Amino acid sequence: MILLIQYTLLFASVLMLVALGGCFSEHSGVINLGLEGTMVMGALGGALTMKYMSGAYGPVIFFTVVLVSSLSGLAYSALLGVAGIRFGADQTLVGTAMNMLAAALATVIVKSINVAENPDNVSSTVQYVQAKKALVYRIKGFQFNWFTLVALILLICSWIVLYKTRFGLRLMACGEHPQAADSVGINVRKMRWAGVLISGFLAGLGGIVYITAGVSEWKFETGVAGFGFLSLAVMIFGQWKPVNIALAALLFGFFRALSNVYSGFDFLAALNLPGSVYNMMPYVISLIVLAFTSGNSRAPKAEGIPYDKSER
Amino acid sequence: MMKKQKTAILENEAFLSVISSFLCIVIGLFLGFLVLLIINPASAAEGIVTILKNYLIYPSKPAALKYFGSTLVKTAPLLMCALSIQFCYQAGLFNIGAAGQYVAGAGAALYGALYFKLPWLVCLLMAVAAGVILGCIAGILKAYFNVNEVICGIMLNWIGLYLVNMLLVRVKEATSPYTLGVARTNPSALLPTMGLDRLFSNNKYVTIAVPLSVLIAILIWIVLNKTVMGYEIRGTGLNRDAARYAGMKEKRNIIMTLAIGGALAGLGAAFLYLTGYEQWSTTQSSVPGMGFNGIAATFLGGLDPIGTVFASYFIQHITGGGSYLDKTVYPSQISDLISAIIIYLCGFVLFFKLSINRRVAASKEAQRAEKGGDKA
Repeated sequence: MILLIQYTLLFASVLMLVALGGCFSEHSGVINLGLEGTMVMGALGGALTMKYMSGAYGPVIFFTVVLVSSLSGLAYSALLGVAGIRFGADQTLVGTAMNMLAAALATVIVKSINVAENPDNVSSTVQYVQAKKALVYRIKGFQFNWFTLVALILLICSWIVLYKTRFGLRLMACGEHPQAADSVGINVRKMRWAGVLISGFLAGLGGIVYITAGVSEWKFETGVAGFGFLSLAVMIFGQWKPVNIALAALLFGFFRALSNVYSGFDFLAALNLPGSVYNMMPYVISLIVLAFTSGNSRAPKAEGIPYDKSER
Repeated sequence: MMKKQKTAILENEAFLSVISSFLCIVIGLFLGFLVLLIINPASAAEGIVTILKNYLIYPSKPAALKYFGSTLVKTAPLLMCALSIQFCYQAGLFNIGAAGQYVAGAGAALYGALYFKLPWLVCLLMAVAAGVILGCIAGILKAYFNVNEVICGIMLNWIGLYLVNMLLVRVKEATSPYTLGVARTNPSALLPTMGLDRLFSNNKYVTIAVPLSVLIAILIWIVLNKTVMGYEIRGTGLNRDAARYAGMKEKRNIIMTLAIGGALAGLGAAFLYLTGYEQWSTTQSSVPGMGFNGIAATFLGGLDPIGTVFASYFIQHITGGGSYLDKTVYPSQISDLISAIIIYLCGFVLFFKLSINRRVAASKEAQRAEKGGDKA
């Protein structure tokens, strides 16, 4: 039971962070399908930091890891900004390319490092057993992960930024009607850049939270197993609103956690369903929800359309 | 006179597409070369040559021919996925779900072959049916429930993956997560080779799938450009409201387009798995890249079926080349990296074309100004 709560909280934090990222990007008018890849790059930055800092003072490790992974995500999302905002490229295409690029790039980087250290080691695994201890706080049998707290703080920040600041309201205007926003003097391109970079920041952080959930080494060939895409589902399920996103993340995180620990529950084990069923559940639910809610969807109206000043 | 001719060529749309694609490839290869340089400067040149040479690194001709065959075997499914995405793109639909339709096709084909022990033609049709079902779900959700086909496709990709994993566990080897070998369990499910294997130094994986996939590409070109159906599909893609106003049934067209896209991707999976070239791993936790690579091939091919044939081959060629790299020096994923960079650059194709167009317009303007100056 404790394990279930622990995993639910962790997976929910991951999904919430990345979905909030997607939320910022989409509210500014850019569809970020590259979240999966951005997570991988954030995870890579964080994992390498932990690898090289093992043995340092706990809190120092923690803050450096948070900083490096979110900045890696931010830097990587600039690829979407350049192509999608500056050059008006097809955002779906660019996002897909970013996912493939991140998977390949992370594997290449990790393998090269491993081979340089030991020519016989051609694996794509990074280990961070020591440094990982800095991330958790033990309350008896329950491991509280500091990232959960960070995720909560960022949720509150996101809500305030989006609804209570001039920046947030302007950002959302750019996703609804960029021409109107432009006509009142808002720099649409700048706002979209801000949205994309914030999404990279949050997704990068989500990446490191995901790969430190439960394990203390990561094989980068596997990427992040669809969590970026699952986060998109969370974002839609949450109708692009931070609080709803948090609730949706809890629900989806719960299913994901179930697939990890269902064999520990007698009545679930008795059902004898394969783990894939629990893994599949979130996608099925979101598909059904999509079918019923898309008629009057709350999606930003101008998302996915490159901004063209000359259109009205 | 010379200059005039040059401008005329540059105004040709098809030529522009080819130039833009080549530009993507050249920049992609150059960036890949830089990565090789960073990892190990000493053998970078050799590395990039290895990737580009692929099977040509074999000194003996029969061996090279054999591995040329293997590259073709993997090109066929890629081409089918690319065509699936392309066909839907013409209707303004981004069929990212091709990856899932491919997975469904693989599941159906292998289950038919290994569990029911059916002959190859039935397995092939089952794969098509599975792809069509997934395509139809996406199409119905898009047409009647206004669900974004990209999001819906992504969800279906994962649903498909988990379903197929669950299904194929029943026909896996006892000691490994891989499905049973088709050749050993049910040879009648193997696609016929029709003597093609002998052309490629007895590479038994070269089957009718290779020529069939090229034929289907040509067929798709004809359907899109020479039939009413193709005209309606392109019309729906250009302006859905205008298409409806002109009396085209845009809802039916959307569903039909995605169903055909699904059929193509499903068939692609059958083209690979029914040769016995690969076994399905029932523990894989990510959607196979074939469908996503299809996106690369279709955009690199300039959204033209015939161009896509060459683009698909090129992508498989460098992917295959990557596996010949010295693993103690370079990871083989360098080729994936290069293909990913190339896809990313394909996003800029529109920009390349625009800037070439602008150059041409500017030089024309200059010419006109010159002439005007002469007269005055």
